[in-house]
Amino acid sequence: MSDVYVVGIDMIRFGRFPDRTVPGLAAEAALMALDDAGLSIRDMQALYCGNLGQANGMVGQRMLGEIGQTGIPVVNVANACATGATAFRDAWMSIKAGLYDTVLAVGVEQMGKGLLGGTGGVSPEGLVGSYTMPAMFAQIGMEHARQYGTTFEQFAKVSVKNHHHSTLNPKSMYRKETPLEEVMGAEMIAYPNTKLMCSVNVDGSAAAVLMAEEKVRRLGLMDRAVRVRASEMSSNPFAERQMAMPDFSGATRLAAKQAYERAGIGPEDVNLVELHDCFATAELIHYENLGLCADGEAGRLIDEGVTALGGRVPVNVSGGLLSKGHPLGATGIANIYEVATHLRGAAGARQVEGARIGMTHVVGGGPGMGTACAIHVLEKV
Amino acid sequence: MSEPLLPIIHTEGDKPYLAGCRCTQCGHVYVGPREVCAKCTARGAMEPVHLAETGKVHVWTVVHRSFPGVATPFLDVIVDLDDGAHIKGTLTDIDPDKVTFDLPVRVVFREAIPAGQDKPYLTYLFVPQQGAAA
Repeated sequence: MSDVYVVGIDMIRFGRFPDRTVPGLAAEAALMALDDAGLSIRDMQALYCGNLGQANGMVGQRMLGEIGQTGIPVVNVANACATGATAFRDAWMSIKAGLYDTVLAVGVEQMGKGLLGGTGGVSPEGLVGSYTMPAMFAQIGMEHARQYGTTFEQFAKVSVKNHHHSTLNPKSMYRKETPLEEVMGAEMIAYPNTKLMCSVNVDGSAAAVLMAEEKVRRLGLMDRAVRVRASEMSSNPFAERQMAMPDFSGATRLAAKQAYERAGIGPEDVNLVELHDCFATAELIHYENLGLCADGEAGRLIDEGVTALGGRVPVNVSGGLLSKGHPLGATGIANIYEVATHLRGAAGARQVEGARIGMTHVVGGGPGMGTACAIHVLEKV
Repeated sequence: MSEPLLPIIHTEGDKPYLAGCRCTQCGHVYVGPREVCAKCTARGAMEPVHLAETGKVHVWTVVHRSFPGVATPFLDVIVDLDDGAHIKGTLTDIDPDKVTFDLPVRVVFREAIPAGQDKPYLTYLFVPQQGAAA
């Protein structure tokens, strides 16, 4: 099986574009990724397109309608917050399988403001607890507090860090410093997550051109190529309280273990991580789920600045979902863009110096549904 | 009696209860009915049970922002019932500052009007057990 490389990758600056269309946003990122690779849509042998909001709307085909209908196979993918990463992995698998040597993966989302969900029917919201995402992730943080004594302030520090990182990223939705007192003093949504500790619903798109090793060499693209060392997915294994609170840890731990094994590395070899900080509480539990520290030490990690730019393993130097924004279907490819940019040494002011191996992680799901997790390990060769 | 807000709220005579099931292979207790055990994958091993009406708070959060029309703040709790089942709900009749991990609670059934509706439904709520913090 050939090794698979990313030879072109890009994302649009995340923001709110109510006058654009979903295929239009996808097309913009696709053309940027093709330009980055120096290739044309005519060179693509298949398209894997991730989108949630119009999952039954053939977004991939409509995008080709805007940039060139070459007749290639299109697979439209929906998989909660792992949608973009799933499209990327399907593209990777198609090359691994030997079917194609050059394929395009795109992730795109157009979102409204405010809380996700809550439509239709007689809702038990408020009478039978809460089904909002902030409440779900508040409980996950409270479970960490219960086990390890993690504090409101420690969770809030995640948001301070990621907002700071985003000031260095021109593609981030927000680029504002948020001091600790501002984060902790912001509107409380569901304790301990304040408004500044919730990810931003934005519009966005990201795309990647994947290529088999032999063709990368033949086309002379190795100087900018980033090797995919591992592409792993999981769903939620049985968790004791899954009927009451969704579990994002079991799936993340499963995929992380597989990714480290597949890549033949350990957490100590990873130079930067883009992980799923949909809420500030989530980032801390994923430090432990991804093995960046031992169980119970996530609070210490954020206190000591280990995961800040300049620390041992910077996490979410893009600004993360908390500040860069979280367009659901685009997020999984956008975080691969971030890591690839650092591995290429092209991240400018936020560059993680000497970065050679990076990890991306997305995990999504909802109450009573389940979990989709995808982890990628990327390497500059 | 009003219509149940959720299908897991059953009645026996005029007494409401929470319906669950227990896997006779591995012992896991689920909220609501099911055919196959998600934990041990046993088939045809589920027996229906009335879920326990007492338990302890595993974790809680105070929800300040919810969907339009929903009254806030309220206490969202994950409760470990004494029979081993785990269930989400709203904890009421307590000062939010008095909630603690492992607070003993019990299930009560009350009529309430869901957000955006104009008639009451039968729902379940958690309240502190006698002698617990109030």
